[in-house]
Amino acid sequence: MSASLGFWEIPIAVLAGAIRGGTPFLFVSTGECLTEKSGKINLGLEGVLLMGAMSAYAISYKTGSPWCGLLAAGGAGLILGFIHAWLSQQPKVNDIAAGIAMIIFGSGLAFFLGKPYIQPLAPQLPGLNLGGWSSIPAIQSALKICPLFFVGVAIAFAMNWFFRSTRWGLFVRAVGDKPDAARAMGISVWGVRTLSIMAGSCLAGFGGAYLSLFYPGSWTERVSGGQGMIAVALVIFGRWNPVQCLWASLLFGGAQALGPALQSIGVSSYYYLFNASPYILTLLVMIATCSDKKQLAGQPGALGTGL
Amino acid sequence: MEPDAAETFAPEIAAVTMAASPPSRRRTFRWRSKLEAVVIPVGVILVSMILFGVFVALQGADPIAVFASMKKASFGTWFSIQNTLVRAAPLMLCALCTAIPLRLGLVVIGNEGALVIGGLCATAAGLQCQNASASTVHIVMAATGMLGGGLWIMLVGILKQYRGVNETISSLLMNYVAIAVLNQAVNTWMKDPDSLNKPSSYPIPDEKMLQPFGDTQIHWGLVFGIIYCFCAWFLIHKTTFGFQVRTIGANIRVARLAGLAVGPVTLITCFLAGAAPGLAGMVEVAAIHGRANESLNAWYGYTGILVAFLARQNALACIFVSVILGGLLASGGILQRAHHLPDATIVVFQGIVFLTILFSESLYGRFKFFREDTA
Repeated sequence: MSASLGFWEIPIAVLAGAIRGGTPFLFVSTGECLTEKSGKINLGLEGVLLMGAMSAYAISYKTGSPWCGLLAAGGAGLILGFIHAWLSQQPKVNDIAAGIAMIIFGSGLAFFLGKPYIQPLAPQLPGLNLGGWSSIPAIQSALKICPLFFVGVAIAFAMNWFFRSTRWGLFVRAVGDKPDAARAMGISVWGVRTLSIMAGSCLAGFGGAYLSLFYPGSWTERVSGGQGMIAVALVIFGRWNPVQCLWASLLFGGAQALGPALQSIGVSSYYYLFNASPYILTLLVMIATCSDKKQLAGQPGALGTGL
Repeated sequence: MEPDAAETFAPEIAAVTMAASPPSRRRTFRWRSKLEAVVIPVGVILVSMILFGVFVALQGADPIAVFASMKKASFGTWFSIQNTLVRAAPLMLCALCTAIPLRLGLVVIGNEGALVIGGLCATAAGLQCQNASASTVHIVMAATGMLGGGLWIMLVGILKQYRGVNETISSLLMNYVAIAVLNQAVNTWMKDPDSLNKPSSYPIPDEKMLQPFGDTQIHWGLVFGIIYCFCAWFLIHKTTFGFQVRTIGANIRVARLAGLAVGPVTLITCFLAGAAPGLAGMVEVAAIHGRANESLNAWYGYTGILVAFLARQNALACIFVSVILGGLLASGGILQRAHHLPDATIVVFQGIVFLTILFSESLYGRFKFFREDTA
């Protein structure tokens, strides 16, 4: 059946990849967006993603419930987020350096604690079969969607509303743009930034749970493949707007699926370079849109600065 | 719009001139700040060893025995010292890729990518001229490796300087691009059909490889690394060019006002920084692997970032720190064999050390005891 699809395999595979492969991007990028809106950068989401994937898989295996695994991943994210928040707000500590340290620490911890869970099979998160109307297996499998995807989409829109229309959203934006002014208003800059980093990190933990419990659906040391690091680039791509982060994540998920899709129809000469297309795409977009003269539209004024 | 330039810069210029004038109490030995520079790093090592010890103890291993076997595996025997030094060589070269641009105020983390590209370019060039004499092959390979790595990181500098693209993120993304280029090359254009399990390039002939010294495992890479670190230190601290670099790093607006050519200085610095891991890639190919394949991507680059921060951007300190971290990497295997701890234990230890170091940065100047003016 699938052979008769011919060229149509590529758009279907890219669509499926956008939804399936884009979901972890969606969680890390909305998480990073929240963090950066408060004026801090968290490059360590790669470590959080790995810890989330590992703890979700381990807890799901131990308890038999993938939902407990999901909670554990969120908890791991909160803890790592707190370490980053505390460390990166010390005087003279650079956000980026702290993030690199958190990548090493988080991934080391995940590899260490996750060693016994590489072999066993853990219960997976269920998928919603939205492709039942079609008789084509490719479409059916493309539309087998994890509920976390819809949660992620809802979070992206809710966060947009949060930034625009709520008192707390205003606090976060104020702290990110003009920390001194925010402090003069009586807002605790430390508190808002800590909560934003922890919440963002918790979202990244859910993204990790999705990796190990739905797609690709197993725990290995290569499960994240640098997706946490792209989060920072995705947020720039999405102009610090959660809804645009959603579109960017889908685009990246689709770009990731392009290489394997082309290979499956026999175009395999540049397979490995196509695998790097999300990274090349980000670089090109940054080159096209950045400027050395002014800050980007939407960028928090105090991004990456200390207290 | 910018306010009146002279008015804005006045305090900064004053600060720079004050910093340049000789200190009033020049002859008194400033032992308190010297002591601080020793006590805090020692404290970092102790605290991170305690944290790691607790972590290991929680996993059911005896921390004292773990430290003892780590010491034995890294510096205990002549064999393990050789093993440590072999790993230290690429580390110090990779560390320079982060340490040198940090002087400009740029956080470049493209070490891994520059190493991969350097190794790939060196292999391609070495295969082209493999019929020449061994020393010619080495020189050609080293030159192309450095050129490849240097241009790779210079691209990061160009993007930063002329497009305002954040150097950390672009260099990070370029690591992935570099690895993709490596995989593409060894799977298609350069592929040796005999390398089935691990796609690789054609091998450099054995007699054209960099030979180890005598009957040791130590090879020229260590010498290259030490020389490069010395040259980098001399360049940054003892030359006019280095002064320009440090001025730009200290205050880019003052540097511009003083008429320094910020763009060219940035690009040259980035090139020199990228050439170092490029050379490391050449050494890895020419002395160890003999061919380009995914073994090049062995995380030396990411550990090199840690070395650069540990050494507080000082090129000479990079040599020392690389040897210690090389020992740490070399001891990964014994933890698995003797204590049944996963090999990632070393990564956890690195992470703990890195976090503690960053925290210690905030401690400088916080203790009254170390202040000179309290005397």
